[in-house]
Amino acid sequence: MYTSLTNRRSFIKKMAIMSAMTAAATMFPGILFAEEQEEKLPKGGNLDWKKAPCRFCGVGCGVLVGVENGKAVAVKGDPKSPVNKGLCCVKGYHSVMSIYGKDRLTKPLVKKNGKYVETSMKEALDLIASKMKTTIKDHGKDAVSIYGSGQWTIPDGYVASKLFKGCIGTNNVEANARLCMASAVTGFLTSFGLDEPMGCYEDIDHADVFILWGNNMAEMHPVLFSRLLDQRLKRGVKIIDFATRTTRTSMAADKSIIFQPQTDLAVANAICYEIIKNGWVNKSFVEKHCSFNKGLTNMGYGLEDKYKFKDKPEKIDFEAYKTFLEDYTPEKVERISGVSAKDIKYMAAYYGDPNKKVMSLWCMGMNQHTRGTWINNLVYNIHLLTGKISTPGNSPFSLTGQPSACGTVREVGTLTHKLPHGVVMKKEHREHAAKIWDVPVENIDPKPTYHTVEMFRALDRGDIKFMWIQVTNPMVTMPKLKRYRDACKKEGRFIVVSDIYPTPTTDIADVILPSAMWIEREGMYGNSERRTQYFEQMIQPSGEAMSDTWQIVEVAKRLGYEKQFYYKEETHIEEIYNEYRRHHEGKKHAMAPLEVLKTQPGAQWPYVDGKSTKWRFNSEYDPACSNGEKFHFYGKPDGKAVIWQRPYEPAPEVPDKDYPFWLCTGRVIEHWHTGSMTRRIPVLHKAMPHAYVELNPEEAKQMQIRTGDSVKLTTKRGEIILPASVNERGVPEKGQVFVPFFDENMLINDITLDAFCPISKQPDYKKCSVKVEKV
Amino acid sequence: MPIKSYLAHPHNGKKEILTKAINALEHCEVIPAENENLLIVVTETDNKEQEDLLKEKIENIESLKLLAMVSGFNTK
Ligand code: SF4
Repeated sequence: MYTSLTNRRSFIKKMAIMSAMTAAATMFPGILFAEEQEEKLPKGGNLDWKKAPCRFCGVGCGVLVGVENGKAVAVKGDPKSPVNKGLCCVKGYHSVMSIYGKDRLTKPLVKKNGKYVETSMKEALDLIASKMKTTIKDHGKDAVSIYGSGQWTIPDGYVASKLFKGCIGTNNVEANARLCMASAVTGFLTSFGLDEPMGCYEDIDHADVFILWGNNMAEMHPVLFSRLLDQRLKRGVKIIDFATRTTRTSMAADKSIIFQPQTDLAVANAICYEIIKNGWVNKSFVEKHCSFNKGLTNMGYGLEDKYKFKDKPEKIDFEAYKTFLEDYTPEKVERISGVSAKDIKYMAAYYGDPNKKVMSLWCMGMNQHTRGTWINNLVYNIHLLTGKISTPGNSPFSLTGQPSACGTVREVGTLTHKLPHGVVMKKEHREHAAKIWDVPVENIDPKPTYHTVEMFRALDRGDIKFMWIQVTNPMVTMPKLKRYRDACKKEGRFIVVSDIYPTPTTDIADVILPSAMWIEREGMYGNSERRTQYFEQMIQPSGEAMSDTWQIVEVAKRLGYEKQFYYKEETHIEEIYNEYRRHHEGKKHAMAPLEVLKTQPGAQWPYVDGKSTKWRFNSEYDPACSNGEKFHFYGKPDGKAVIWQRPYEPAPEVPDKDYPFWLCTGRVIEHWHTGSMTRRIPVLHKAMPHAYVELNPEEAKQMQIRTGDSVKLTTKRGEIILPASVNERGVPEKGQVFVPFFDENMLINDITLDAFCPISKQPDYKKCSVKVEKV
Repeated sequence: MPIKSYLAHPHNGKKEILTKAINALEHCEVIPAENENLLIVVTETDNKEQEDLLKEKIENIESLKLLAMVSGFNTK
């Protein structure tokens, strides 16, 4: 007895040390502690350790979860995972604590006379199905919708798409990943014809220079950033942070270069100008593997309801492209961007140096951008002009934010225009899906309906009457939030919310379903490097909680689709995954069999002949290359990647006399998105208890604002009061402020703008104009 | 029986002095970072009162700039 208590105490003590080391590592990337101390960390005790991908960001670290007496009690990094090689960040280490918050939703709740009443799961599911039936009968199939997330597991998204697109026949399927990586998708599709990065995290071990485009990796992709820092220690690599604000990433980088919001477009063009001017173009690569296009300009910003835009690509030649770039000499761009010509040339020289391998990394800065597709195209241009692509260490790398934004939203295709393989607009893609789904092909509507912002606008207008929201919290994350919150509360709307904790989104629900979280069920996620990872059910769900997958299956059966939803409860995840794999058969996207995923820390598609593909489009690694050349961009009919002529255009709302500052929003390392889980982890909540507004120190002094003072932010949408943060974590430039969005008590999105990229339809949360006052 | 871990930030150049000072206290373990101005402190006490007292003692050390708790467990 005594021994076991001592063991337990020493185990806990080690956990406490580990938590502190992790927290320290996030504050001081690259911090080292004496090795013998690290060796003392828990090696297992009596716990049963099971592998899973972490659910708290798109890095997709492999973790080992320690289970004791049916409870998940500890987490450590999986040393066998090639993603994180045993590392973990502060969110990962504490992730299991998010399962056991005091106010977990354990029973279904139905709103009756304005009050939530407990009911059984059976009754709640019956009600949802009958509401869907009557809505479809009275208002048509396009009056029902589902809104999911990049935290949906692959089976969750798959059954949602099959039910709504295949069976009901509406393309009203969207996911919050529209808000975080739609521009990455359209960037890939326009430049390469196929989504997702060509490279992988192993590029980090080969690159000599890392250029981070508006990407605060130290906080948002902490484990990958540790890998960069590790390479700097080992090989002296260079890290350049190119951003609009000074962050922990800038502080740890070798060089921080600050640009004015939106002008990354101009700087990317200036880098290309320099590459051409100095003769750094990889001519044979460009001649063999690239074509040149231009598209429409002055596209607008999607601010009005029912806004429509379709690009019209037009072929151009290298000479025309070269002439276009004359407007982007470093000297001219210095005036627009605030980046010195010298710094532009400095970055261009790294990209242009044939002896340096360069990795560009980006995430929300480039994607949440009213010209998000363009800036993605422009960074690809740099890599294509220099031929620095699809080889180890030469890698334009678009990171994702969520654990399965790639695996579920992009690959399963839970967006209005998508199918698991291809798009609804193409007949052959509809036929392919209909065959596997066992539905008549006419069921699948060839016309996309609403992207996310427009879907909520349709709910506001009353075109959509029923919405089912799973694993996401749009009542914190939608831009110009007040409009959409009011919309959800309107008469004649029926909202179902599946979640694990009460949130501002469950507040607007008519039915709340308790969901099983992460390791309380079985599933798979797909991370940023095309890696699909499986996790088994390790513990029992809380109360009556049910997986999102099975909730949808139950409703589908009640709607009369028993034939399509034939899955057995005990084996449904396996059955669904096996069915899903059929959509992606073939060398370009084959997924690893489940048995493989169960035995190793994930596999990267295309998974062909028992092997993951690390670098796509490179015939040495990618079995889908078939043109007999070293590279084959087979996503495009001519086998060539596209270099796009895209200009700089300003943001829709820029600071003026009345609203003189830029407002940028984003995340912090401690909290996952809207904080609904991480704010219930005491350590993380204490470390970052509430939102704040970061001010430039000089301006704060002029306005006599000190840390903790109340500051009022006003935009054309409304106002909000936040405590000030001066010279703390991040330091904005003059004329800019930054606010994190995790705090449901300080809803910054009430005042953000719902402008979006006309091609990707992804909103820009990084730029609108704001007035700043001390109160 | 509380076990807590903290990050202790010393004043500039005072890392060693702070390490010694905390090490001199009972129920404390210190792990200094090798390459940064930061210490990890783990306390293991019998009860909350003792824990509070210890925390106060640490906070009164002159070479300490800031003490931030990272995690707290109770092994009872
Ligand atoms: S970096 Fe992301 S995936 Fe890795 S442990 Fe942290 S939150 Fe989890």
